[in-house]
Amino acid sequence: MSVSMDYDKLMNKNAVEMKPSGIRKFFDIANQLEGVISLGVGEPDFKTPWRVRKAAIETLEKGRTCYTANSGLIELRREIAGYVKNSVHTEYDPEHEILVTVGGSEAIDLAIRALVTPGDEVLVVEPCFVCYSPIVSIMGGIPVPLETKVENEFRLTAEELKAAITPKTKLLILPFPNNPTGAVMRREDLEPIAEVLRDTNIFVITDEIYSELTYSGSHFSIVELEGMKERTVLINGFSKSFAMTGWRLGFACAPEGIMKHMLKLHQYCIMSSPTTSQYAAVTALSECMEDVAKMRNEYDMRRRFVVDGFNKLGLTCFEPQGAFYVFPCIRSTGLSSDEFCERLVYSKKVAVVPGNNFGACGEGFVRVSYAYSLSHLKEALKRIGEFLEDIKADSK
Amino acid sequence: MDNLLKLLRQNSRLTNAELAVMLGISEAEVAGQIAELEAQGIIKGYTAIIDDSAADPNSVTAFIELKVTPQSRSGFDEIAQQIAGYEEVESVMLMSGSYDVLVTVTGSNIREVSHFVAERLAAIDAVTATATHFRLRAYKQNGVKICAEDKDERGMVCL
Repeated sequence: MSVSMDYDKLMNKNAVEMKPSGIRKFFDIANQLEGVISLGVGEPDFKTPWRVRKAAIETLEKGRTCYTANSGLIELRREIAGYVKNSVHTEYDPEHEILVTVGGSEAIDLAIRALVTPGDEVLVVEPCFVCYSPIVSIMGGIPVPLETKVENEFRLTAEELKAAITPKTKLLILPFPNNPTGAVMRREDLEPIAEVLRDTNIFVITDEIYSELTYSGSHFSIVELEGMKERTVLINGFSKSFAMTGWRLGFACAPEGIMKHMLKLHQYCIMSSPTTSQYAAVTALSECMEDVAKMRNEYDMRRRFVVDGFNKLGLTCFEPQGAFYVFPCIRSTGLSSDEFCERLVYSKKVAVVPGNNFGACGEGFVRVSYAYSLSHLKEALKRIGEFLEDIKADSK
Repeated sequence: MDNLLKLLRQNSRLTNAELAVMLGISEAEVAGQIAELEAQGIIKGYTAIIDDSAADPNSVTAFIELKVTPQSRSGFDEIAQQIAGYEEVESVMLMSGSYDVLVTVTGSNIREVSHFVAERLAAIDAVTATATHFRLRAYKQNGVKICAEDKDERGMVCL
């Protein structure tokens, strides 16, 4: 007879207490319904550029299927160094300061685990991608939300940062261009942030996975400002910029003093990132920047279309300058984010994601992805318009 | 202009207001640019992408390769223009390679198209040979897949 084990009591307390992602629950509803038009996904609708796929096929044909160096193929790390220098004007040593990871996600995990000790406070700019706080918590750290506001176009201000810093503050997580809001921090927005950090020992994780999807003007990184590279883990990857989500490949750049500890964690849990993906990524960086520009151009047109669409529907929407999301405010409907999304998916079969999943301050907003064809977006907007009419009629 | 043409190529029914929003310019500017493109002869017209076999299952489309003796003065031009003038003809192109002119013809049945090839095309003195290929099935036209929609394989995962 088997012994009945009380798993929740016996297992790691932090893991048991970790909440599953709220988006998951909502997607389960959407996936059960037939004929749902989704505006929910967080990945490009483009396919990986053909040259990248071909490069991967060729390495498979040649039988290049062994592990690579723990940090990643040196050719790839050199390409990354060149790319980073080009895009954010900062030099990293490919031998000691660059690590190829399994998606940006692994880089986030490694960086948080390498930096946070129990009791440390970690400032997490919200709304944001859902993984930072759970990883901080499992390390025994204390996530402290830094709530950004729509009136600041969801940018972090120096005042907000200053007010949250305590002697226990270890780390600031800066996720820009932002998922879910589409907000970006330009040079003039980051300078005051750097000014606050300069005399502290606070580290920064800057998650720039959407950096290539920056519209009207180019991306700027906090590492470009004086005194910032030394304290910062810069994270980026191939998923969004090159439409390579399924290849699971990202990277981290950090000073050797940080990187050598991240590398140990990576060695023990991953060994090395997928070899085929690494060869493909070499081709992506060396040959496919034009494809990136084409995709950005396409997203940009859809972005304008969707922002305009929501504003016309009366769901006010600040103009996001990055990523492929818009974050319209739905307070005028009198519904909560959860109610709005549930009613919308049941009545009109359109799936958008409740904003509160990305932090409490996302309440009153929904995340809409525009990584879809124009005709798809048009149809979805039409249905949302009908939904709003129905709500109005109901409340009369 | 590139983006404007790109959008119109994908869907020429987009309104000037929609185009203006996507291009980040005013409606008046869109109208102006379109008028200019028309005046320059860059935009020749606006059409629908029609799946002929769905519209009329009996209709046939043929691609006819013609070998043509060039004329002393006009080369291939005069003959090509003459063929282009026939109502049944959808497209006429001068080609490099083993034949000279490619003609596309759609008719309501095979007999009609065969008749057209024999009576009208082959009858032209300068046409020395014809090879007619009937289309069996179309998969993509004008950049649009017409056989099956691409399935969106992206799952809703927690991102």
